This record gives sequence, structure tokens and C-alpha cells, in this order.
Amino acid sequence: MSLNRISVAIYLTGKHIDGGPRNMTDSAQNPSAFEPVDVVIASDPALAREVQDRIEELLSKTDASERDIFCIKLALEEGLVNAIKHGNQMDPEKSVTIRYHVQKLSFEIRITDQGPGFDPDDLPDPTAIENLERPCGRGVMLMRHYMSDIEYYPPGNSMRMRRDFKPKQA
Amino acid sequence: MSGAPKKRLEVEELGDIAVVSFIDKKILDEQNIQLIGEQLFSLVDNDKKKKIVLDFSNVDYLSSAALGKIIALNNKVKKEGGKLVLCKIKDDIKEVFTITRLDKLIKIVDDQQTALQAAS
Repeated sequence: MSLNRISVAIYLTGKHIDGGPRNMTDSAQNPSAFEPVDVVIASDPALAREVQDRIEELLSKTDASERDIFCIKLALEEGLVNAIKHGNQMDPEKSVTIRYHVQKLSFEIRITDQGPGFDPDDLPDPTAIENLERPCGRGVMLMRHYMSDIEYYPPGNSMRMRRDFKPKQA
Repeated sequence: MSGAPKKRLEVEELGDIAVVSFIDKKILDEQNIQLIGEQLFSLVDNDKKKKIVLDFSNVDYLSSAALGKIIALNNKVKKEGGKLVLCKIKDDIKEVFTITRLDKLIKIVDDQQTALQAAS
């Protein structure tokens, strides 16, 4: 899809701004403009929450339906918690680099942590009978279900996910 | 954080069944989920409840970490020979249980009355 390629290219040219641990920096000067945003946060779920709130605010200005917003919120939670908790092991010295792009008809995010990564294809199937009682291991599955597209980059400490919206009827 | 942990659950006792409602609309926040887990487990460990009905009518969002606590609670209740029943789950949330196939592991019903019957 050529359109996807264009948006990914713009997305990758986003300026990377590095904030130290415990700080959050954000290149969104104007939240109403659908520009790619770069954020670096320390491994703190409260900072991830701030990013999620900002994204939700931006989504409310797009064609995203309630269902789209539900799916994105759920996937975002899983992606950020995975990066902070499983990737960075909550280490306050490690950060999570986030690039997101909210557009009228799509949402895309790349989340990169400083952990060793993992093989997303090597996870035990959480829906297998023998794994149903295991309390962990459903995050990746939920993200795959709720987003249109999800991709991991080796060594598995970086992932990108996307959801497209249907245009709202005028 | 200081002081007593905030109450995250509303518990009503109907005979030997504990009917538990979530106070939060979003069961997402890591710290909240931790507290919810502790309060749920305490029903079995400290209050010796074996029959638990979880009422989801307030819940709009929940994450896989929250699912983990519910699974752990189910394991705990089962170990004690009890029953855990979930009810009044909104469609979006029910889908989370369906795609993870947890609806095969945990009893899920529509209304509280049916849940009480299933738990007793």
C-alpha cells in the first residue's frame, strides 16, 4: 500500500528528543496537529499513563469510533506495560522510546525498550488448554487482536502497531 | 504512597456467597491491579470465602494484567473447592474473555441472579 509507505516515511523522520530518566519530553507543540510525536519516558507507568492520555485526547479529534478507541487503549496499555515491566524490568535508569502518529484515519505507534528483547513467535499459546490457567502471557495476543497491524523488530525490544479507522459519515 | 490502601472493591455477602463489584471503570493501572489482586485474594485467604461472584457492571476497560489476577483468583477458589462466577460483563470486555478463551476456564453469565445460582 503506497499510502502506508508514505505515512511510515513521515513517521520515521520524526525528530528524536531524549529526556533523561524521570522526565518526559514531548515534541507535540500543538496537539490538534496530526504530526508524529516522539517521547522518551523513564520506566514509570505513571509517565506511560500521561502519554496514553495525550493519545486519547488526539484520537477524539479523528474519525476513530468508540470501538477504535477501545481497541487502541487496550493495545497501548499492553504495549507500554510490556516495555516498562517485561522489557526494562521497571528499572528507573532505563527508558522507553515512543513514536506515535495520530491521523484522521489511523493510529500508529512504535515502542522501544532497553531490554534484551524476546521472540514474539516463541510465546506459549495462552489459549491452549494447558496454558489457560497461567496468569501471564496474553498481552501480545490482545495487541494482535485489537490492532490492524503489528510488527516486532529484532531482537524483539521494539514493536510497531497500527489501527486504521473508517471515515465518519458526513 | 501512604495511609491505608484504597478500597478497590465493594463486597456484599449473600449467605455464603461474596458478591464483589469493581469500583474502577478501568482496571488498567498496574498499582490498582495489584491492589485489586490483594483484595480479591484476601477474600479467599483471610475471609475464607469459597463462593465468589464478580460483578463487572462498572468495568469499561481491563488489561491482560487484570485477567491474570482473575485467573489467579479462579485457581485459588478452585483449590479450596469453591466457585468463581463472573457476571454483568459489557460486550467489549466479554470479547476479551472470549478471544483469550478464558470463558472456557471461568464461568461467565449475564446477570447476578444466574451468577448466584451458579455459585451456590
